[in-house]
Amino acid sequence: MSSVVSPIREHLVTNGKTHHDVTEDICRHVEAKPTKEWKIAFTICLIILVYGTFWVLRTWWEGLGVWGLNKTVGWAWDITNFVWWVGIGHAGTLISAILLLFRQKWRTSVNRAAEAMTIFAVICAASFIVMHMGRPWLAYWALPFPNTFGSLWVNFNSPLVWDVFAISTYFSVSCLFWYIGMVPDLATIRDRATGIRKTIYGILSLGWTGGAKTWARYEDVSLILSGLSTPLVLSVHTIVSFDFATSVIPGWHTTIFPPYFVAGAIFSGFAMVQNLMLITRVVYKLEDYITLEHISLMNKIITLTGSIVGIAYITEFFIAAYSGVEYEKYAFLNRATGPLWWSYAAMMTCNVLSPQVFWSAKLRKNIVLSFVIAVIVNIGMWFERFVIIVTSLHRDYLPSSWTYFTPRMGDIGDYVFSFGLFGTLFLLFSKFLPVINMAEVKAVLKSSSERKPGDKH
Amino acid sequence: MAGKRYLVGIFGDEDIVLGAAESVRKKDVKIQEVYCPYPVHGLDHALGYDRPRMGVPAFFFGLTGTSLAFLLTFWTMGWDWPMNVGGKNFIPFPTNIPIVFELTVLLAAFGMSFTFFLTEGLGPTAKPVIFDERSTDDKFAMAIDLSKNKISDEEITQILKEAGAEEVNVKEV
Repeated sequence: MSSVVSPIREHLVTNGKTHHDVTEDICRHVEAKPTKEWKIAFTICLIILVYGTFWVLRTWWEGLGVWGLNKTVGWAWDITNFVWWVGIGHAGTLISAILLLFRQKWRTSVNRAAEAMTIFAVICAASFIVMHMGRPWLAYWALPFPNTFGSLWVNFNSPLVWDVFAISTYFSVSCLFWYIGMVPDLATIRDRATGIRKTIYGILSLGWTGGAKTWARYEDVSLILSGLSTPLVLSVHTIVSFDFATSVIPGWHTTIFPPYFVAGAIFSGFAMVQNLMLITRVVYKLEDYITLEHISLMNKIITLTGSIVGIAYITEFFIAAYSGVEYEKYAFLNRATGPLWWSYAAMMTCNVLSPQVFWSAKLRKNIVLSFVIAVIVNIGMWFERFVIIVTSLHRDYLPSSWTYFTPRMGDIGDYVFSFGLFGTLFLLFSKFLPVINMAEVKAVLKSSSERKPGDKH
Repeated sequence: MAGKRYLVGIFGDEDIVLGAAESVRKKDVKIQEVYCPYPVHGLDHALGYDRPRMGVPAFFFGLTGTSLAFLLTFWTMGWDWPMNVGGKNFIPFPTNIPIVFELTVLLAAFGMSFTFFLTEGLGPTAKPVIFDERSTDDKFAMAIDLSKNKISDEEITQILKEAGAEEVNVKEV
């Protein structure tokens, strides 16, 4: 019996894979001993993590003086890194939730890794908040609890408190969504495993059997979680942008920030997913599941969101000129032509110009180029946050206090820490958990898979 | 220990199992459950299940979140320790919206998901009955509780085979 296969859309799974092939191809990496490449990569990430941890501990031991902050620039790499990581973290939920609502079947091969990336990126982002606290053992002060000195509560008018709620909600709901999506696949691994592995994956799979009633409710849960996560993901970066937009600093006090930040978050997140996907695809030989079509579709979204942030940059400039406010006008002129002009130029080139190469269908399917552009995009998005934060601060209202920002080893070491953490967590995930959502790929196999000639299924 | 006896029909294709669920039920055979490696749309309908209504717990947990968040922000900022922040109202409704929204989503998502775990008996200590281990790989297992059916084993086996089952096994649980 065959079902309808679209003659127009490209296949999402190539080479006539059967349902059993999907199980084999994905479970193999979980069941096999770690490969030599994995061990090497893991060792490198651990070394980076240990080096970074040294700097984080030094930041706490000596204080924020190990950073290059000065009396004028009180926020620099820490918050740049925070916003950058949170932004990257948006792609996972976007792929799993928004693309589910839009019924985009191509998300099935990508969503698991993207959601894992989301969770690890949010952990990295949160680590910068904790680092910036200086006294991390008092981190709980950000939560609303009645303290022992009287019932003084947190200020719910503050965007920083909103941030605490937004990021922690986003992290919890992302973990939940990711885990629920993984339960059926963990059951698949459980049913193939023996011994201690069967016990461990048995506990992790929560006793999943895949009854038709459970699946129906599961799909309902997934749909509603998507519906909840979609406004959630948009709210998180909106609230992150409020950290700036609700202040009265020229260059920050703009109403365009929420949509512009959200577009930028999707942009950088998709670029990071693209990078991870391209590596996973080669290392795990998943070319039949993450096809050139997937890469091409990702590149289309990168180009779209890159162009949206491009328009936002130009709009900001126009509005600053149009407002007639001296301070606003100067802030933006200083961004583009001041002493930090090079960061503005890097942002414009990487974010607005570089993704435009993907207007060519041939280049969209070029793997090396896709990888390079995705790296460039993330460099550009880091510079975007740097530009917004540092160039708006370093020349303030009083010319005698104008300064320049130069990072010190503390800034660099703490940033390196986040890469070590991210890499270590992602490698652990790719070894012990299924990197592709098997159940969802199997569900689209019949309608979207390439048939071999004479194949009957 | 002799427990319940089940007949397990193994199917290899989603469309066949979908048709089989309808045809087997038409012949007055009561199906315990069909275990699938991935969701098959329409199967719950074919088995006569009600439409899933996970939106109901989601809504009420969400509503709880909204109310608790309003209570928290209004009570702390307006009553317990009123704070003068830039001359704003003590109960600044618009600036509480982010908190209210986040807590609504948080409670709705977790409340609904834990309701789902509870109704489906899912949990780290759950001891599932697995009728066929291939049902999480590429086969569909239709379990039929023999104690709940008056038709003889042979007849049910025949019905399952006719509906397209690749094999029919007996399983005692």
